[in-house]
Amino acid sequence: MSYEFLVASAIGVLVAGGIFLALRARTFQVVLGLTLISYAVNLFLFASGRLVLNRPPIWDKAVSEYTDPLPQALVLTAIVITFGMTAFVVILALRSFLETGSDHVDGDRVPCDAQDGLADGLADGEGTEP
Amino acid sequence: MAIAMTLLTLALLPFAAALAIAQLHGAPRAVHSGIAGGASAAGLALLASLAAPALGGDVPFVRWDWVPSLGLDLTLMVDPLGWMFGLLILGIGLLVVIFAHSYLYENEDTGRFFASLMLFQGAMLGIVIAGNVLLLLVFWELTSLASFLLIGFWQHKAEARQGARMALAVTGGGGLALIGGMVLLGLIAGSFDLQAILARGDMVRASPLYPLMLGLILLGCFTKSAQFPFHFWLPHAMAAPTPVSVYLHSATMVKAGVFLLARLWPVLAGTELYTVTVTTVGLVTMLLGATVALFRHDLKSILAYSTISQLGMLVMLLGFSLEAAALAAVLHILNHAAFKAALFMSAGIVEHETGTRDIRRLGGLAKAMPVTAGIATLAAASMAGLPPFGGFISKELMLYQTPKLALAGLPWLLPVLATLGATFSVAYSLRFAAHLFAGRPREAGPFARAHDPSPAMWAAPALLTTLAVLLGLVPMLLAAPLVSAVTGAVTGSAPPEVELGLWHGVNLALILSMLAVAGGAVLLSRHAGLLSLWERASLPDAKRMFEITLRLADARVRKALVATHTPSLQRMLLASFAIMILLVIDGALTGGGVLTGTRPGLPANLPAVAAWALLIAATLAVVLESHNRLRALVYVSVIGLVVSLAFAVLSAPDLALTQISVEAVTVLLMLLALNLLPKKPPVISSRMRKTRDAAIAIVGGVLVGGIAWAMLTRDPGPSIAAFHLANAKPGGGGTNVVNVILVDFRAYDTLGEIIVLGIAGLGIFALLETAGTGASGARLRAWRADMPHSPERHPMMLVAASRIILPLTLAVGIYLFLRGHNQPGGGFIAALVVAIAFLVQYLAAGFDWSDARKPFGEHNLIGWGVLVAMATGLGAMALGSPFLTSWFDYFSLPLIGKFELASAMLFDTGVFLTVLGAVMLALAQLSHVATRAARAAEEAEGAP
Repeated sequence: MSYEFLVASAIGVLVAGGIFLALRARTFQVVLGLTLISYAVNLFLFASGRLVLNRPPIWDKAVSEYTDPLPQALVLTAIVITFGMTAFVVILALRSFLETGSDHVDGDRVPCDAQDGLADGLADGEGTEP
Repeated sequence: MAIAMTLLTLALLPFAAALAIAQLHGAPRAVHSGIAGGASAAGLALLASLAAPALGGDVPFVRWDWVPSLGLDLTLMVDPLGWMFGLLILGIGLLVVIFAHSYLYENEDTGRFFASLMLFQGAMLGIVIAGNVLLLLVFWELTSLASFLLIGFWQHKAEARQGARMALAVTGGGGLALIGGMVLLGLIAGSFDLQAILARGDMVRASPLYPLMLGLILLGCFTKSAQFPFHFWLPHAMAAPTPVSVYLHSATMVKAGVFLLARLWPVLAGTELYTVTVTTVGLVTMLLGATVALFRHDLKSILAYSTISQLGMLVMLLGFSLEAAALAAVLHILNHAAFKAALFMSAGIVEHETGTRDIRRLGGLAKAMPVTAGIATLAAASMAGLPPFGGFISKELMLYQTPKLALAGLPWLLPVLATLGATFSVAYSLRFAAHLFAGRPREAGPFARAHDPSPAMWAAPALLTTLAVLLGLVPMLLAAPLVSAVTGAVTGSAPPEVELGLWHGVNLALILSMLAVAGGAVLLSRHAGLLSLWERASLPDAKRMFEITLRLADARVRKALVATHTPSLQRMLLASFAIMILLVIDGALTGGGVLTGTRPGLPANLPAVAAWALLIAATLAVVLESHNRLRALVYVSVIGLVVSLAFAVLSAPDLALTQISVEAVTVLLMLLALNLLPKKPPVISSRMRKTRDAAIAIVGGVLVGGIAWAMLTRDPGPSIAAFHLANAKPGGGGTNVVNVILVDFRAYDTLGEIIVLGIAGLGIFALLETAGTGASGARLRAWRADMPHSPERHPMMLVAASRIILPLTLAVGIYLFLRGHNQPGGGFIAALVVAIAFLVQYLAAGFDWSDARKPFGEHNLIGWGVLVAMATGLGAMALGSPFLTSWFDYFSLPLIGKFELASAMLFDTGVFLTVLGAVMLALAQLSHVATRAARAAEEAEGAP
């Protein structure tokens, strides 16, 4: 077995699991699915520099062969942004659960129009405080 | 160079003042108004220094490339037209600041007020000194936004919010049309540079796109300058504090449309289409505004409709496409600014000192407040166009021009209608003065309170009224040179000879003017009867119509949205995944069909295979056990661990470090959130649905895995890796190439990323900060722990260990940061490590203990981080290099030895601060909310 196979198959499995979870109805599962897809995407981006062992892109007079540093730089920020995105989605899910009392991604089939009275009132500041 | 700096300072000064005021939010009012007034005065001084070249024909201008590929330059120029408007903006701005200092009540948020006011001043000044039409558009939009903030300044008032929204919808909508018109104009003229465009008038007018372009630009101008049928927003904007009405809604912003018509005169004016459209709209607006003003009772509403009417007159004059009419318009802009600002301030004083603006409740105020009465009466006389005031001269000039244009083929139509408009304006001006100050008080209450304000408050209107009087008495001395130069700039030809005076002998204009005065006096004497007639007529209510239109549009949009986006995230995601899968299949089929390439593989050793197996097993476990959410989290962290191991093995130490620290933070975050979320989903999807999703997931996984395999077994194309590797040390001063890319080669990307991260952190703050209110707050208070908790809230061992670990972890963080440029590490990783060090404190000792001892505010960290990173980039610009060029050198100190200093380090500090701030903000807020909920639950249990 080669590293290439391991990485490619891991990406495939992560994407499959991620898609399945992202299609579930509950916010937490969707967040987990997005996390798995993010791992896969980051690995894929990283792999676009091809796999190289023991040649980190730390410049040294004595070394002439390195791995491609650019995908690594891109993935490094991508990991941090992924965190930002995950955090935001988690909090959004939490707030939506607190607002509606349901953690269904579509707000438990509350029809769009039924909420309008409340939404408009709140927008005008005339909504009732508890 | 001196001119360039002057122009740049002039443009930036108000914005700097706005920033300074906003920063000194808590300072006393005098500081806020002092900064605002100081900046306005300094701007005036700068403008005065430019008077000689600007009015003398040698237009000062400066140009920097901004986005050359779009034709967007940072061009500033002060021609006579811009100079005159600049004078109005800064001069009246200064007076408004002085007035507002006394006008605003105790406990008002003067910081926000003056900051918004200066933001507006900068935007408005930008419009008049912009030398590039795209730049002008930027400032144009900014005035709409600033106006929104200022109209809605009293946020607690419903009418202020509604007025602000309406103004934004109308002027912002017109702004959209204007963008289209200006871009068309630039495309037709082949340049976005104003001077170039103005030189190509014939070419523009001959273009087949001219009517469309003209229509769009006029939409922008008419909405901004409150022309019929878009006039209705202006009276509602009067919900703003009076200084705002003075500044934005009489003297400056509403004149932006007039300004733009004047600015583009050489390009737009002269065609039949232009003349008929603009003149008609102006005329109708003038008549409508003047008529309605006569029957209003709110002082500011009277003035608002009179402003609409006067703006109509200005638009009409510009529509004539005649030089003499343009001259009349220029003179009237000066006159109107003087008397209308004075009148608005007087109205503000009356309201301030009597408590009401209803003219029906006031009267006889001349006795109680003689100074205000004198000021307002003189200003109203100028507005009425009585001799010997400035308004008389410009109205004469206007009436003199009217017979020169035959509307609808009838040469008498325009003079008759214009005289009618003038008659009404005489009537409402006289009513304003007479009903307010003469006669007997109609109600005792307001009259008893009334008194003249302190000189600080009446100084500004007094000065303006003096100007209005002097403009009539000594127009040749005061206005003639300016008017001549400005008219030349408007028409794009040599400045004309100007002859201004009160007496030109008996001519048609004088006769019409006398008719108007007489008619106005008659109208006023019959006011009561006319008013009851007016009130019996059922007139359309513009506000209602506007709201109905909005509601209709809203309903339509909602319908369209529901039709195109089925309101289900699941279905939308399913469709997205399915389409992506089809695209990949399509690409694979057209690509030649060979899956495996020729690149030789790296043989994997046993530990690698074992880790891989662990990852596969953990992924399967997450999917199968996703209903047990706590366990699923544990599996996710196993996946993250294997991914970081993979990075470590595959020559990416920086990635490994980042991934593992992010992993820790993510799991902490999810745990905190899970504490409040339901642990188990109540309903599990049907088997059929699961089978369908599983099929899609497997196809997707196989395809993506296949792409990855196909990519990994082929050699990469030509790469720019060699450049980065060769230049990292000599060019960027660091041996860790990944870090050098982040902070140097692609620092612009990094800057964007940290801003995004900062915004995400602030977004989380916004979501959680308000979670304690409404339905969400009720649910938080009703929250009960649904998992077994340790009886010991803050275990002693953990607390003790975490406190010992804190300095050690911080040291590791600093070490990682310092070595980042040369060894694996850097701002991102160091920030995550430091964040973890602090978060462990929160975990061990609780939110309250840790938050009280935290030496920094997360918001400030984010803000300072972005500012430091930007300042580093701008520093390079100040030294003449492109944005974000890095600099480094080697120094040696005794004992320490040789060391390196690099500007990239400063940039990395910005990265560090922002990432630390965003991560801490997200987690600390979440833990705060959880703590609150837990405390509420405990209290509920303690008191059954």
